[in-house]
Amino acid sequence: MRRNAVAVVGAAETTELGVIPNMSQIQLHADAALNAIADAGLKLSDIDGIATAVETPQQIAHYLGIKPTWVDGTSVGGCSFMLHVRHAAAAIEAGLCKTVLITHAESGKSMIGKLPRSTPPDSLNGQFESPFGVYGPPSMFPIPVLRYMKTHGITHEQIAMVAVVQREWAAKNPRAMMKAPITVEDVLNSKMIAYPFRILQCCLVTDGGGALILTSADRAKDFPNKPVYILGTGESVETPMVSQMETFDSSRAFRTAGPLAFKEAGIAHKDVDHLMIYDAFAHLPLYGLGDLGFMPHEETGRFIADGNTRPGGKLPLNTNGGGLSYMHSGMYGMYALQESVRQMRGIAPAQVKDAKISVCHGVGGMFAASGTIIFTNEK
Amino acid sequence: MTDMAEPARARPKPTPETQHFWDGTAAGELRLQRCDACANVYFPPRPFCPSCASRKVSIFKASGKGTLYSYVINHRPAAPGFTPPYAIAVVELEEGPRMMSNIVDCPQTPEALELDMKLEVAFEKLDDKITLPLFRPAKG
Repeated sequence: MRRNAVAVVGAAETTELGVIPNMSQIQLHADAALNAIADAGLKLSDIDGIATAVETPQQIAHYLGIKPTWVDGTSVGGCSFMLHVRHAAAAIEAGLCKTVLITHAESGKSMIGKLPRSTPPDSLNGQFESPFGVYGPPSMFPIPVLRYMKTHGITHEQIAMVAVVQREWAAKNPRAMMKAPITVEDVLNSKMIAYPFRILQCCLVTDGGGALILTSADRAKDFPNKPVYILGTGESVETPMVSQMETFDSSRAFRTAGPLAFKEAGIAHKDVDHLMIYDAFAHLPLYGLGDLGFMPHEETGRFIADGNTRPGGKLPLNTNGGGLSYMHSGMYGMYALQESVRQMRGIAPAQVKDAKISVCHGVGGMFAASGTIIFTNEK
Repeated sequence: MTDMAEPARARPKPTPETQHFWDGTAAGELRLQRCDACANVYFPPRPFCPSCASRKVSIFKASGKGTLYSYVINHRPAAPGFTPPYAIAVVELEEGPRMMSNIVDCPQTPEALELDMKLEVAFEKLDDKITLPLFRPAKG
């Protein structure tokens, strides 16, 4: 894809985040979508493309009263929205549609109108993982981490620091769910969930949503907010079974999506001003730093423990507080994208001064899928 | 509510492509597949080679030996049929493929569960049709 050919011209989250007991899941989609449409100064009838995950595009298009000529229902977990951005940019460039709405919402906490997730007993996961006691993401996502730690020499204290640093960012964000400072000791003494991970190393469970509007860059200057351009994109999938990853030392999906995006963007790692790495659990930023090529995996734990990603550090990471402290409705990728867009617009609560390039990296399932979007505010 | 049955652990339901694996565990064998064209050994079961796409593949009895590749010790929430804390492990088989399992005859602690420790298969019969391949520390 051509660099900077497509831009984000509308971006918004749901009016409320956290616990929203008065809205169903599709209404959360609509709330985010209407906020994004207002942010872009558009009418519903201007939208001719729609993408969403878990909920179907027909569900959301019908509920909002949109008549699309392009749809994308890619649903590969929490990074689906990164893939939607990539696909939408390609579709806009190809002339299949002009103005795309991407929505996410999940009644993750209140469970109102939430679609059930199940693993059929005759699926591969149902036959070869479920019988051994996996029960939700906390029992599955951390399975690779002990191997990662042994191979790369990462310590429990270093991984605990991921949560500590992200809480520092969350403290600057009025919309973050968890703002009270925590220490490494707090993390390592918090309630055990699935050894080696304790509750402060696991994401929050909340309600909320977000929406983005994309159009071609040549139209973008006519919108009320500063356009945020799509500089580079990448995507991949590996396996729905965490036990079948090629290796636990690294994520193949990350190693594919990340470098694709950097190559397309034509940038070096030193050019990155701001970084989001989807943190459903505290080990993911380490995998991301290594697999995206910022540094060898052996250095990731020390890099975070030394404070390089905290406020004032040289590589600001997960500046909204992340899935660990900001919010996590179940598919956090949309919130990572929203924070990248805020940083590129210059309006983030914890704004990185003069940031021009933001890398936003997502994961889907338990390392099952990945999507990377690189944004810039300079054309 | 004491007359209610204990919730059972998730029970696999074989498909035509995986039936040989579950027939094997019921017979006390851990069965893998090997590609006749490229010699790739793979898991989970399927009637073609995921490396070279050949449909000429053979089923064979694996050694049942492996090592502990990684694990979590799950505390909460516990899956039905499990008493926490219990380890959910990934075992690297001697033949190459990895599979998820549980480690039995071993304390479910970080001290007892050492990465790369040697393991051997131990079969646990759920019912007449399904026997699960679990692993225990290798003897000797």
